[in-house]
Amino acid sequence: MPSTMNDAPMIVARDIHKRFGTLEVLKGISLEVKKGDVIAIIGPSGSGKSTLLRCLNHLETIDRGRIEIEGETLVSTDADDVCRYAPDATVQRICRKMGMVFQLFNLFPHLTVMQNLIEAPITVKGMNREMVLPKAEALLRKVGLFEKRDSYPSRLSGGQKQRVAIARALAMEPDIMLFDEPTSALDPELIGEVLRTIRQLAEEHMTMLVVTHEMAFAREVSTQTIFMDEGEIVEARSPAELFANPQHQRTRAFLEHML
Amino acid sequence: MDYLLQIIGPLLEGTAVTLKVFFITLVLALPLGLMLAMVRVSRYRIASGVVNGYIWLMRGTPLLLQLLFIYFGLVHMPGGITLAAFPAAIIAFTLNYAAYFAEIFRGGIQSIDRGQYEAAKVLGLSYGQTMRRIVMPQVVKRILPPVSNEIITLVKDTALIYVLAMNDLLRVARGISNRDFTTFPYLGAAVIYLAMILVLTIIFQRMEKRYAVYDE
Ligand SMILES: Nc1ncnc2c1ncn2[C@@H]1O[C@H](COP(=O)(O)OP(=O)(O)OP(=O)(O)O)[C@@H](O)[C@H]1O
Ligand SMILES: [Mg+2]
Repeated sequence: MPSTMNDAPMIVARDIHKRFGTLEVLKGISLEVKKGDVIAIIGPSGSGKSTLLRCLNHLETIDRGRIEIEGETLVSTDADDVCRYAPDATVQRICRKMGMVFQLFNLFPHLTVMQNLIEAPITVKGMNREMVLPKAEALLRKVGLFEKRDSYPSRLSGGQKQRVAIARALAMEPDIMLFDEPTSALDPELIGEVLRTIRQLAEEHMTMLVVTHEMAFAREVSTQTIFMDEGEIVEARSPAELFANPQHQRTRAFLEHML
Repeated sequence: MDYLLQIIGPLLEGTAVTLKVFFITLVLALPLGLMLAMVRVSRYRIASGVVNGYIWLMRGTPLLLQLLFIYFGLVHMPGGITLAAFPAAIIAFTLNYAAYFAEIFRGGIQSIDRGQYEAAKVLGLSYGQTMRRIVMPQVVKRILPPVSNEIITLVKDTALIYVLAMNDLLRVARGISNRDFTTFPYLGAAVIYLAMILVLTIIFQRMEKRYAVYDE
């Protein structure tokens, strides 16, 4: 990696538009994420939060706009409004810088916890088992699930599954982590353990985007909180400001509803 | 008892013919079925449509008709070819069973949650790696029961090759029965079919048990 890129923001998104059929889900989203930022994204259901995350790592393709990851262009739109993605190999390489954690975990049910962690490093990076195992073990210790290494996912609680999913994403050593409502599918008593793991990552200055309905968590952990509504970013400010003193009526209404 | 010893030789020779058709068909039809299924779920519309038509054709006409067509019918086609009975049987069975396997595989592949593909993709796995490492192993578990069923049916369907005058187990039994005016050879054939199916059943149960280590 050329050293000039080190100063580039981790993510730059400019004027992203995305539609499903006739439904415009993202209506010109711009954001910039710097190294170590923890961005919480909040907003009502259907406002496009998941779609935004999924556009950043190419699970969805955008219709217009520009996305750069660590200074490399993933997709751009020229003056004639033609939206172009980088070549497939480049897209893959760029997206590998980002790990993602899903609401419904999406662990591989036919693999044990340990196999879930080492699958991608071995298959994608071509690392050998001996190299990957110690790292994977360390990650499992970190999320407190070392003793579950040989269990299959179906034997784990929701909170444990999500912590495995986080460890699995970290095993690829991403620079950026994307979380899409990581605790929404969990029983209330299991939410804490997952949030603790994410908070720990924040303390280690992992760059993160977290879509969440946990307002207290967003307020406490994020360096910046983004409020989205109807495909737009309504407000993006420090959590202290946004929660204490929302500037927009829509933000205020949403926060009153949530708290 | 003497009579049993007398007919067991020919019956076993018939069994060998049956098993040969069975195994060769299996070895060819399973991969062909998998390939057809992959095309069927691919985004190549035309290829997928062609496979769809093929499956309709193979499931929409009797296997016996296909067998007769390939053996007796191809000769009359322009530039027609004459096939020996054995290759004709193998071709007909393989083409037919591949269609049934393809449908089972397709159902299995499409039953895998989209989240599995997305998780694999964000971890950097290519489409091929995702199919090989993540999707197919889970598909195998799900399709084992219906595939076992088809394979067991295949053992018995091989009896159709009598129309090509091939001496499979059932045709041999019938020959002896007609010659000696006794139903005994039929009983012998039934026992041998049952034994073959029993072996297969045990194998499939073992495989299902192996896949039972994880739940979904
Ligand atoms: N694949 C899709 N095809 C069609 N419409 C979609 C698709 N994915 C999302 N949508 C629609 O896009 C809009 C935004 O969805 P999105 O999932 O991004 O919202 P969200 O903010 O994440 O909501 P939630 O808080 O409920 O998860 C919704 O109206 C949704 O129905
Ligand atoms: Mg969502």
